[in-house]
Amino acid sequence: MTADRYYDVIVIGGGPAGLAAAVSACDNGAESVLVIERDREVGGILNQCIHNGFGLHYFKEELTGPEYAARFAKMVAEKENAEVLCNTMVLSVTPDRRVVCISKELGYRVYEAGAIILCMGCRERTRGAIAIPGDRPAGVLTAGTAQRYVNIEGYMPGKRVVILGSGDIGLIMARRLTLEGAKVLACVELCPYSNGLTRNIVQCLNDFDIPLYLSHTVTNIIGKDRVEKIQISRVDGYTPIPGSEFEIECDTLLLSVGLIPENELTKGAGIEIDRRTNGAFVHENMETSVPGIFACGNVAHVHDLVDYVTAESLRAGASAAKFAAGVRCGGRSVSVRNGNGVNYTLPQFIRPENIDKSVEIFFRTNKVRGKSVIRVTSGGTVIAQFKRERMAPGEMEKITIPKPLFAKVNDELVVEVCDDPV
Amino acid sequence: MKNYDILIIGCGVTGAAVAYELSRFELSVGVVERSNDVGCGATKANSAILHAGYDPEPGTLCARLNVEGVKLAKQICEKLSVLRRELPSFVLAFTDADIRLIHELKERADANGVEGARVLSRDEVLAIEPSVNPDILGALYAPHSAIVDPWEYTCAMAETAVVNGADVNLSCGVRSIEKHENGFIVHTSGGDFSAKYIVNAAGCYASEIAAMVGDTDIKPINLCGQYYVLDKCEGKKVNSVIFRCPDEKGKGVLVAPTVHGNMIVGPDAFEVRDGDSVGTVAETLPKLKTSGLRSVPGIDFRQVIHEYAGVRPATADSDFIINISPACENFVNLAGIKSPGLPAAPAVALEGIKLLRKCGLETKEKKNFTDKREVVRFNKLGEEEKAEIIKQDPLYGQIICRCETVTEGDIVAAIRRPIQPRSIDAIKRRTGAGLGRCQGGFCSPRVHEILARELGVSPLDITLGNDGSYILTGETKEAQR
Repeated sequence: MTADRYYDVIVIGGGPAGLAAAVSACDNGAESVLVIERDREVGGILNQCIHNGFGLHYFKEELTGPEYAARFAKMVAEKENAEVLCNTMVLSVTPDRRVVCISKELGYRVYEAGAIILCMGCRERTRGAIAIPGDRPAGVLTAGTAQRYVNIEGYMPGKRVVILGSGDIGLIMARRLTLEGAKVLACVELCPYSNGLTRNIVQCLNDFDIPLYLSHTVTNIIGKDRVEKIQISRVDGYTPIPGSEFEIECDTLLLSVGLIPENELTKGAGIEIDRRTNGAFVHENMETSVPGIFACGNVAHVHDLVDYVTAESLRAGASAAKFAAGVRCGGRSVSVRNGNGVNYTLPQFIRPENIDKSVEIFFRTNKVRGKSVIRVTSGGTVIAQFKRERMAPGEMEKITIPKPLFAKVNDELVVEVCDDPV
Repeated sequence: MKNYDILIIGCGVTGAAVAYELSRFELSVGVVERSNDVGCGATKANSAILHAGYDPEPGTLCARLNVEGVKLAKQICEKLSVLRRELPSFVLAFTDADIRLIHELKERADANGVEGARVLSRDEVLAIEPSVNPDILGALYAPHSAIVDPWEYTCAMAETAVVNGADVNLSCGVRSIEKHENGFIVHTSGGDFSAKYIVNAAGCYASEIAAMVGDTDIKPINLCGQYYVLDKCEGKKVNSVIFRCPDEKGKGVLVAPTVHGNMIVGPDAFEVRDGDSVGTVAETLPKLKTSGLRSVPGIDFRQVIHEYAGVRPATADSDFIINISPACENFVNLAGIKSPGLPAAPAVALEGIKLLRKCGLETKEKKNFTDKREVVRFNKLGEEEKAEIIKQDPLYGQIICRCETVTEGDIVAAIRRPIQPRSIDAIKRRTGAGLGRCQGGFCSPRVHEILARELGVSPLDITLGNDGSYILTGETKEAQR
């Protein structure tokens, strides 16, 4: 089908990443920007995150999720050259930057773009993905789905609740459900440490006397039509220890067991995916392996703080605007690799010529650590070192490498973490 | 009290096939089903394969009805717009003993009248299905197998029966049966029914139903089998149904694509208490991975999205039990319909109708039997068709399930079909919403809302599956105010 219209920049997804990217694209010269949002309104998952704690880095104040989203939604609305389509679903994206989408009002549409920014966010890992054994009753749902029922629809998903996984959404829901009158009986975590932010462990579990069982997991779900009880076992590594099991009577099991970037459109466009992040491989300007298609926010890698999503997306928006204006990035490409103690890095590629003053590298460590040294090396030479008092997989790390240091870098940069010998 | 010529107990694939075939005639036909939807027992959770028919022992009902049934299934799926895909199947041989076995299966195939089956060498197999383990020595190849959507298949037959005047009475679990001179009175959880003839198609509970009329010959053996479902990215890896050599425990773990584009790996086999024992088991489930990887080494089990278990209604008899009950006249048993029950279903139904005629049932064909069913599946339409249907009905422009591209139009149409879905899972089985990688994480609150709106009930009354599987426990404090 022939394209209905051309836009300089099309942003797919109107959550925090998409909104920031759209603002930045406008600010950096894009003459026409379209944001396509599948839900009824923009804001993404922030709309159901009615707790506070958003915006401490970016706005230097504590906002709720909807407040944070509203600020960016307003900025987009004030841009004369930006349009927003809600209730509109993108069906496909092609490498030559055509976007097919549908909605009730507009029907089937095909748009062409100078640059595309992928901002589809992530989804929650499910019971099926982690193969929790047992019966299949109602009452087993992801924390985010429960959050939608409670905060958007106004319904309670249960009265006696156990939470598996100590990810942030699970912790937030422990507090939310307690405040709504449900009894949260336990939070069960497979790892010997929590995967959530420390402040959430304190404010959502400890303050409400909700027990946290580290190194435990759910080994059976019992209940014919609705959850009646669940069986919990202690684990050795990831293996349940026979004889350690105990049961809790409850009607609900919430799952907060990880997030997976939603990259089906990305894969459909032939963009290469990094098995470590489950997101696209990206360059320093958030450009994917397909020129002119960018990715930012949780679709690129799962974040803990929306402020970092915003920062990354502002960069993606500016880069996309430049691309749409015909500016191409050249020069050599340095690949960034995760070394000892590091699960992934982002970006995965840096083109030094394309850096302004410095480049930020995000990563996660593979376990809870005390005093540590982050070492960035190239061909055995130490390029930069950073010290940390404490590190945890649940808290994304950020390091900044000044441009001049790239003079010493060959075609690979390795980020590794080791214990501080001091 | 509703009064029928024939009352069918159970609306799985067998009961639905009987209802469909009987609805051709000038008869009053009723079905009672204990669940709140059709196809909720063995039909719901199996391998979804229309087996070619080389597996059953020649001369058995299983063998004959399998081969007859798949031919009928093909026609039914075409007429009633049921998702079905033809593909080859293989039985892999890894040892010399396996090679002997596949030659035996080849002979069975010939004896059973299965067309085109032959033994292939390793290289021939790999040329057709490159995903299989190169360590194989050879395989039995059957070009005409098929996979089907068993939910839609059952639903389509039941719906067509309803369109032709049959009643499908859901949430009617049979409690007792009274035999009178002129027929039966059947007491159910949803009221009483009377009928001249009864067809027992109660799956795993056929023995209990038969016992209600004094027939205690059926000895159930409930055999549970577990499966993994993998993401569509894995579904593309195989283009055939890949079996291992059967052993004393059954056909063994198979690897197959599904009509929805996923991959399934399973089943195992272990005895369970009853037909409702469909939980998955921590100790045994992961063993499927080892078996699956032996057949297809490239499966990425990181892409698992779901697990399920189903119970095969086997009995102490190695064959299907299809008879006029020796204990009760005008009562036909279609029992022990384990594998190959799915492919055999329409032939089993015709066999049942033969027995009803033997009991004295007269079958006169209707003049205006409707033998077609049309459904729109937005995600299967081409570009132009998508554009057109949204123009006709804008609800098709609103995506509800993003993983499977299911629209509000698809869901509303499903709710308005002749057998009304009442639960989130019933919508899933009809439209695919929630079947994908997020497992309904995003769409279930939306489906919930649409279902409550269309049925005109409170969201608090909507269940996940069976009656009693409530999803919500009340309103929040804010909503109560």
